[in-house]
Amino acid sequence: MELTANITGNILICRVKGELDHHTAEEFRTFVDYNMENNPVKHLLLDLTHLSFMDSSGIGALIGRYKKVSSTGGRVMVVNENKQVSRVFEVSGIYEIIKSYSSISKAINDI
Amino acid sequence: MNAKNYMVLIIPSKSQNEAFARVATAAFAAQLDPTIEELADIKTAVSEAVTNSIIHGYEDSEGEITIKCRMDEYGVEIEIRDEGKGIQDVEQARQPLYTSKPELERSGMGFTVMETFMDEVEVYSEKEKGTVILMRKKFASLAKEQGVSGNEG
Ligand SMILES: Nc1ncnc2c1ncn2[C@@H]1O[C@H](COP(=O)(O)OP(=O)(O)OP(=O)(O)O)[C@@H](O)[C@H]1O
Ligand SMILES: [Mg+2]
Repeated sequence: MELTANITGNILICRVKGELDHHTAEEFRTFVDYNMENNPVKHLLLDLTHLSFMDSSGIGALIGRYKKVSSTGGRVMVVNENKQVSRVFEVSGIYEIIKSYSSISKAINDI
Repeated sequence: MNAKNYMVLIIPSKSQNEAFARVATAAFAAQLDPTIEELADIKTAVSEAVTNSIIHGYEDSEGEITIKCRMDEYGVEIEIRDEGKGIQDVEQARQPLYTSKPELERSGMGFTVMETFMDEVEVYSEKEKGTVILMRKKFASLAKEQGVSGNEG
């Protein structure tokens, strides 16, 4: 998995490349939590354009991030997830708490 | 002809094998010309079952996970077996959102994902003996083939 982050206003934009499963979830958690805690940001925007696979371990990791971010009034958003990822999102009901957008700019404009 | 084809894969319960297990199973199933979506479904379901064997079956110890995949006239049958600690109450375990490890940020959606993405999921488990997950997936391309040969005959 490859993780990169940059900041726009009070939003951490994190690009997730590769596969998010039990094996990679810990790296994802550590990376996102570190960057949320050590930057002056409130919201988390995950660019999933290059996330090729995700299973329920990813759902657990996303819900965990949602709990942290929303506890300080922030929002978690995702952008451009592929069909496999979006089916796992749908089954788990995670779209109820994490909104999806077709582009980063649309997500930013919605805050 | 395809009905006799099968594969068996034995891996130690290391998390780095999760990706290998799902990709290998999908590659085997790809011989039957499934759609991209059907292959993605298989990958996801295998990932759930193998991850469960690693996290819940063997917990902190290491053991072997056996993955068998057989072709039949409709698609594939996949069996994932561990000799881990087993499931006390299978009915409860299969409930959406049930997890015995909420402290590990698990969502309890693994079985629900398997059931949604596969046509059939059977669970056999015995405490301290292990768990077997048997899943079947039908492929649309084979259903058509069956239909055509039926009409010809
Ligand atoms: N191979 C197994 N060995 C022992 N227990 C298992 C096994 N597979 C599942 N279980 C039990 O069934 C429960 C439900 O499994 P399920 O995959 O639905 O959720 P989870 O693994 O807890 O969470 P998630 O899959 O969303 O990360 C587990 O919490 C565990 O108690
Ligand atoms: Mg699971």
